[in-house]
Amino acid sequence: MDVRIDNVRKEFDRFAALNDVSLDIRSGELIALLGPSGSGKTTLLRLIAGLDFPTSGAIYFGDEEASRKTVQERNIGFVFQHYALFRHMTVAENIGFGLKVRPSATRPPRSEIRRRASELLDLVQLSGLEGRYPSQLSGGQRQRVALARALAIEPRVLLLDEPFGALDAQVRRELRRWLREIHDSTGHTTVFVTHDQEEALELADRVVVMSQGGIEQVGTPDQIYDDPTSPFVYGFIGDSSELPVKVENGQVWLEDRAIGLDASGVSDGEALLYFRPHDIELLDGCGGCVAGTVAASRRVAGMRRVELEVGGSRHRVELELPTEQAAAEKSRIAFRPKRWKLFPIAGRSGAHLPRAA
Amino acid sequence: MASSATTLRMAGARNASAVRFRDPTSELPVAKWVLISIALVFLAMVLFLPLFAVFSEALRRGWQVAFTAISEPDAIAAVKLTLLIAAIAVPLNCIFGVAAAWAIAKFEFKGKTFLTTLIDLPFSVSPVIAGLVYILLFGTGSFLGPLLNSWGLQVLFAVPGVVLATIFVTFPFVARELIPLMQDQGTGDEEAAISLGASGWQAFWYVTLPNIKWGLLYGVLLCNARAMGEFGAVSVVSGRLRGETITMPLQVEILYNEYNFVAAFAVASLLALLALVTLVLKALLERVYGRDHAATARH
Amino acid sequence: MSLAATSATRWQWKQPSVIPGFGLTFGFAIFYLSLIVLIPLAGVGWRSASLGWAEFWRLALDPRLLAALRTSFWTSFVAAAINAVFGVLVAWVLVRYNFPGRRIVDAAVDLPFALPTAVAGIALTAIYAPNGMLGSFFQPYGIRIAYSPIGIVIALVFISLPFMVRTVQPVMEEISREVEEAAATLGASRFQTVFRVILPGLTPAILTGFALAFGRAVGEYGSVIFIAGNIPYVSEIAPLLIYIRLEEFNYPAATAIGAIMLILAFIVLLTINLIQAWSRRRFGYGI
Repeated sequence: MDVRIDNVRKEFDRFAALNDVSLDIRSGELIALLGPSGSGKTTLLRLIAGLDFPTSGAIYFGDEEASRKTVQERNIGFVFQHYALFRHMTVAENIGFGLKVRPSATRPPRSEIRRRASELLDLVQLSGLEGRYPSQLSGGQRQRVALARALAIEPRVLLLDEPFGALDAQVRRELRRWLREIHDSTGHTTVFVTHDQEEALELADRVVVMSQGGIEQVGTPDQIYDDPTSPFVYGFIGDSSELPVKVENGQVWLEDRAIGLDASGVSDGEALLYFRPHDIELLDGCGGCVAGTVAASRRVAGMRRVELEVGGSRHRVELELPTEQAAAEKSRIAFRPKRWKLFPIAGRSGAHLPRAA
Repeated sequence: MASSATTLRMAGARNASAVRFRDPTSELPVAKWVLISIALVFLAMVLFLPLFAVFSEALRRGWQVAFTAISEPDAIAAVKLTLLIAAIAVPLNCIFGVAAAWAIAKFEFKGKTFLTTLIDLPFSVSPVIAGLVYILLFGTGSFLGPLLNSWGLQVLFAVPGVVLATIFVTFPFVARELIPLMQDQGTGDEEAAISLGASGWQAFWYVTLPNIKWGLLYGVLLCNARAMGEFGAVSVVSGRLRGETITMPLQVEILYNEYNFVAAFAVASLLALLALVTLVLKALLERVYGRDHAATARH
Repeated sequence: MSLAATSATRWQWKQPSVIPGFGLTFGFAIFYLSLIVLIPLAGVGWRSASLGWAEFWRLALDPRLLAALRTSFWTSFVAAAINAVFGVLVAWVLVRYNFPGRRIVDAAVDLPFALPTAVAGIALTAIYAPNGMLGSFFQPYGIRIAYSPIGIVIALVFISLPFMVRTVQPVMEEISREVEEAAATLGASRFQTVFRVILPGLTPAILTGFALAFGRAVGEYGSVIFIAGNIPYVSEIAPLLIYIRLEEFNYPAATAIGAIMLILAFIVLLTINLIQAWSRRRFGYGI
């Protein structure tokens, strides 16, 4: 089931939590909504589910306008951040609940509900726990029961709100892989919300990066990491360093010297240069490079993280160097980014030509 | 012009959605108001009407009559005795409550849960039994009563018995309020004070007491309301000696049984005013103290 | 590990602490508790034991007492049941809805804690007496409220209402919105969500409230005696019978009734503890 979000806007007391967002989700896709808190990702998920209603705009499941239906009619599976299991029901009763509350015409017989519950427990690898109560399960087990319960109603779309947020790191990694497997075997269109970029990049077919109620970028994990289209995405995904520069005649200038980066086609003016701290080459001499004084140097696991003061304004940038590279404080280091992007300062909608060397 | 048209369309869209969309976690407004109405009618019948009745019956013959009724010497004696009883019972239970809470909350020892249950015991016992136990302890046929009598100390059918019965029924109020509060607060503050050189008394006075003052006040408030209003236990041990062992609730009963309804309700309205003041203070305390209702439920 | 090891090697009644005052406060608490509560209560046990079995049973099987116990029992049960419906409704309305005067109504629920029982008793009688504000509505249909068991039930509903509301209310406040949303996403209508998810989840709280309300109602005296009419075998409650026996200086009979009532109170306490244990095991929360 493909899902189309068409110009959706959501206001809470005049505050726009979502600003005219449009998004196409393809059938069978596993998609992540990634963003900091307050970016509108959970709001968008709840709108798709029908737990909230858009102020304007529409949501389509296939050709049918889902936003005209109540949450009960939409037939979606929703996994809540804190699982929201019914604590007075056993695991099997929890999973069967969605089938049991159907009107009698479409309600499967008891035996069928029981069969379906145990089948789903197999799928989530919890067979044998039918009779347990939620308070007798671990966090990871509750998460699996919550997913089985959502799958039991054969949802058209599966929605997960911070599915691993409340678990510890070990269980989290395990469940991540497992969710991917389940997705691949069931083929549900799946949307999940996360603030953890590692989770989004590892798990999703496509990642939707959101910020301040809007979509910043939609793309595969590779596209998002390697080719961010906005300073926000550059800053939010992975580590990045930024440097205020000037573009003149197809050359990038740091204060009064060109740093050897080709910016042909970029209109002249102030700009911000973004690059990954590890994606640089160190240079000896400096004819066309960035040079600076080491302000701080820390050993972090398998590398050395260095803060460099660059130029007369002593702007600080962060670099990651191999540990064998000497980087005593006050020593000078010269480098040039290997992959980088320029974003003009006067509004990012202006002409910008991201480049990779 | 164009912009106002947009606003209109937006407003239209908003309205349309409001009609279609129902918050899945709330009821239809109709259901909501029906439920509120049923609840309010029920509360009116069992709570508000009785309260209203106390005052309306007291004022049935006008202010003058009601006022005369409460300035009768017997009524005044009852008020004085009630105040005296509260003035003895409340401080004693207050000291006990603080001591018990200190021992239970600041130390770890075996049998703590059992001790807490014992402290709560008077709440699960009928007030008449609270009277009965003292009759059995000090009455004829016991060995304690005649012994004390021979020393010239009359307990039953005298003020000491009334005070004892009141202490019994109001026994847990302060302790039950302070124990969970002090358990939540832990021992860190006191340990810090002692590590800074404070004595035990100083730690209590400068650190613990400021931390528990609202909870203490809350417990005292409830304890006082019950002490002044206790009827069953007191009525068993009082003996009803006019001007001597008649508390306000007993005075209400006596006047009522003498068919002196206006006077009975006039004295009752004083007690009802006390209850109202208690409720207002309680609501105010709950606001500053941020306390939830859970622990009240066992009173 | 090491903690278990030390406690295994040396049994300690009390963990050592740098905080002073344990001896003083614990000693005083035990002394005062024994003086006011334990010794007097033990007196009832001792006095009823010294009656001997035969005499105790003779007193306990007195038809008037059995009638009084029956009245106390079923009026308390009905009152607790009425509160299980209306008390839960009041708690729901207070927790879920905003309406003018909500705060006042919330505070007023505690009125039965604060209002002396004798005052409640005469006020309820004034309202529900045949010529009273509400009683006069029922009079023409031949329904007598005051001076009948119905009056007892009304008084008991009054005094036990806050026990139900204040037990259920905090648990109701804790129900997470997510649980209700989960039910909705699974296709449950609002009605199904309330009756299959929310109310069953409140079972332990409602049962505890019921037991507390019942326990309080069985022992109630002040508010009942005015409205009950106190007709032996019809509307006479057990606590009143204790009072009557004491007036007659029939201490053995009063002691026997007292002992029965105490046993009843212990059963209620035990029931509440069992509900708590069950709730903690099954639902993961106590009240």
